[in-house]
Amino acid sequence: MIAVNPDACEMVIPDGIFRLEDYTSSKARWCSGCGAHSILNAVKLLCKEEQLPPEKTVFVSGIGCSGRFPHYMKTYGFHGLHGRAFPVASGVKFRRPDLHVFVITGDGDCCSIGAGHWVHAIRYNMKMVALLFDNSIYGLTKKQTSPTSPMGTMTNTHPTGSVLPPINPIQSTLGLPNVSFVAQTVDWKPAHLQATIQKAYEHPGLAFVRIVQRCPVFMHDTYEPTVKDPDAITVLNHEKGIKLSEKELMKFRHVIEHDPADIVKAREVAELVKKTLPIGLFYQNKEAVRYDEYGAHNMGISIPDRMKAIDHLMDRYAV
Amino acid sequence: MSDTTQTLAKPTSSTTGVKEAIVEIVSDSGEGAQKCGQSLGKISARMGNGVWTVEIIPAEIQPPARSREGASGIRVRIGQEEITNMGDQAHLVVALNEQVLFGRIEQNAYKAGTYLLIDNKWAEHTSPDIRRGYLDAILRFKKLGYIIHEIPIEKECLKLVSDARRGKNMWVLGLLCYIYDRDMDLATEQVKSIFQKKTDEVIRKNLDLLNAGYQWAEQNLELHFPIPARQIDEEIVVMNGNEAISLGVMAAGMEVCSMYPITPATSATHGMAETIQSAGGIIHQAEDEIAAIGFAIGASYAGKTAVTITSGPGIALKTEFIGLASMAEIPLVIIDVQRGGPSTGLPTKVEQGDLLAVLYGTPGDAPKFILAPSTIEECFHYVILARKLAEAFRIPVFVLSDANLATGVQPFKRPKIKEEWFASELDQHPWDTDIRPYEWDEDTGISKRPIPGQKGGVYTLTGLAHDEGSRVAYDSSINQRAMEARSRKLATLKDTLKPPKIHGDPSGDLLLVGWGSTRGAIEEAVSRAREKGASVSCVQLHFLNPLEPGLKEIFQRFKQVMTVEINYSDTLGHPHITEENRRYAQLAWYLRAQTLVDIDCFSHVFGQPMSPFRILKMLEEKLDKKLID
Repeated sequence: MIAVNPDACEMVIPDGIFRLEDYTSSKARWCSGCGAHSILNAVKLLCKEEQLPPEKTVFVSGIGCSGRFPHYMKTYGFHGLHGRAFPVASGVKFRRPDLHVFVITGDGDCCSIGAGHWVHAIRYNMKMVALLFDNSIYGLTKKQTSPTSPMGTMTNTHPTGSVLPPINPIQSTLGLPNVSFVAQTVDWKPAHLQATIQKAYEHPGLAFVRIVQRCPVFMHDTYEPTVKDPDAITVLNHEKGIKLSEKELMKFRHVIEHDPADIVKAREVAELVKKTLPIGLFYQNKEAVRYDEYGAHNMGISIPDRMKAIDHLMDRYAV
Repeated sequence: MSDTTQTLAKPTSSTTGVKEAIVEIVSDSGEGAQKCGQSLGKISARMGNGVWTVEIIPAEIQPPARSREGASGIRVRIGQEEITNMGDQAHLVVALNEQVLFGRIEQNAYKAGTYLLIDNKWAEHTSPDIRRGYLDAILRFKKLGYIIHEIPIEKECLKLVSDARRGKNMWVLGLLCYIYDRDMDLATEQVKSIFQKKTDEVIRKNLDLLNAGYQWAEQNLELHFPIPARQIDEEIVVMNGNEAISLGVMAAGMEVCSMYPITPATSATHGMAETIQSAGGIIHQAEDEIAAIGFAIGASYAGKTAVTITSGPGIALKTEFIGLASMAEIPLVIIDVQRGGPSTGLPTKVEQGDLLAVLYGTPGDAPKFILAPSTIEECFHYVILARKLAEAFRIPVFVLSDANLATGVQPFKRPKIKEEWFASELDQHPWDTDIRPYEWDEDTGISKRPIPGQKGGVYTLTGLAHDEGSRVAYDSSINQRAMEARSRKLATLKDTLKPPKIHGDPSGDLLLVGWGSTRGAIEEAVSRAREKGASVSCVQLHFLNPLEPGLKEIFQRFKQVMTVEINYSDTLGHPHITEENRRYAQLAWYLRAQTLVDIDCFSHVFGQPMSPFRILKMLEEKLDKKLID
């Protein structure tokens, strides 16, 4: 892709090659230390690595801190309504198989107000990457309990601690019909994050990735121990899973073998979260039914043929 | 058993014929009454007659047999001239049991002198309760002045088929073909076409039933009311408003129809379900109403202007997305087949109760266009128009139909599908990077939008207040200019419209103003009142946002102006209701605000379409003049 001109001793970037800057829009306005920054970098890197034409790439988001994501990409973007990123993204993809569609959603967005769409988006299994930015808190509205807040989290709506156990988005997704790709990663392990997003992009269907994300402003105490404690994370390793270099893998103290073809085992592993945070590929099925294939199956019929079909139906009403 | 021949009307001489007739066929659910009436309507349309048919639908799929609420059937109004509405009380009714008639009587569907032709099998039923119920009912009906004919429908059918339940409707069709002098060659063709996918044996049996019904009537009934045929020299189609909408969606070249099941809108998607795939489109049945519009918006944003079809409760759920489509200027067609509200309301019945909700239902100012077809034919053409307007103005466009149009069946000139109705090819040319995604034209408010895939056009659409570049308005002063631009599109469209046509004189004592499906009933009532010398005219509005121009000037030419609508308004004279606190019908409310003319209203929510009779009665009081014979 990038050629070196030995005479001039300088890098020549031919036209048509996209650089990181080509995906960069305005400066991200998230708080300093927010995990979203590293996800943004990882996504840009993926775009560059895959050389996704910015005009063929669409980021669809909901509302919340994560919802601002498309504004910081120099691609097409759709910053829509709270909880509704999935239906919009599905509509974008339905008759536009040529577009690379990414869904950017948060824990409130996906697991609360838009939970119904989450269930059905998994079932539709349209080829898209869905990134769940899960910081376990409502940030933009200033610290309310989220459906993924650990029980006892002290928030502005539950000052004495939240009273219900949280939703486990991985476990919930693994319970849905036609699920085809479920992975988990964390914003502070860039190599794992990158490899996970890469794997998700390559998946032929809906790749659901939960990214456990730090919120230094409202959830400092919740994440700091996990970030610092080398025992807090367990890596799911497998030749069909998320690929990490030996060197990267060595950085983790807990590594278990998990075959992503095994959904029963995947559900068991998803329960590990009570003791340690499992990251990696839980489940993948490349053969699941894809609604986007149904959506695009009859594209390109000529207008005369379409007119003929309508006329034929009109015959039925003729007297 | 009562005497079949005791009450006989004087039949009209077959040489002169009658101008029109309203016929009902009522039965329990599943006895084929609707098929019978639809066939009668089609045969009549082919004879060049005007026709309007409307189904009589009970609330449940299988209501209890022989129940008053379980009336299922159809009304067919046939005339020498064009028929535009379901009319007033029926001329003749065929009932497969007597109990279902009570429900219709409560709805004022019949009058003294209406012929009731009732299957007399119940008179000899094994159950004494049923026998008594039957005899009591016959006595009641006679007291009410109906002209009763007890006829052996089941008995006659059993001579030809073993299960009369599955054949009575064709026998009754034959009977009606005799009474109204229908062309039996056309009737034979119609029966063959109904059963075209069945065996020859089935077709033969049904033709036997048709002919037997005809012959029985000829030999036993002295009821003969020929409606003269009329020469037709153009191709005709017969369909209901929902079927017209589904053809319109496809003829508009829309590739995505995104919906969630809701009565009475859903049948619009049934109509196209088989064909749309070969017509280059797909129906997406979403997980809920919100997702249905979100999906449509996604497709529209990606360059494939989509349609979502729903009814009132669906509109309520879609409201936030409608605001987004307006704010972010996403072309979109929203079809609202209105039903009785609020809440679950009257799901199968007509109401025009959503006007103000679609006009103002969105928080903040969210301009959108609103069109209201007034005939079945317009249901077809308005969908095509809606897509074109949506794309040209980059705005959501509503088409307000209702349960009356949805189920009313009318013949009209067969549309010749035109290539220019179709959405143009997806524009994927590189975008001129000098043009910003919301570069609002100062004069029209219109801006050009880049479509994903267009190089150089990348932008992030947002529901946040934004500037011409679609950048979030951290400085909120841009909001004023953006709102002005979005609003200006309404005034721009209005400047291209013509004032509405007036039915009747251009000035006079009273002007009735209607919108949507009430047109036929209002115009008929006005014509009949004018024949009696009343100085009344009417006008039907087809554009509700923006309104057609010149309304104030038209209104000022009349001493009084009054809307006629199927929605709720307070009635003066009711407890506490005064001129000051009276709540007006929706169009009246809106027109009063827009024109500052003191507009009165006549509206009701009985769940019934507006009938000419009801309007005439109102006119008699309002004008203090006898108008009904």
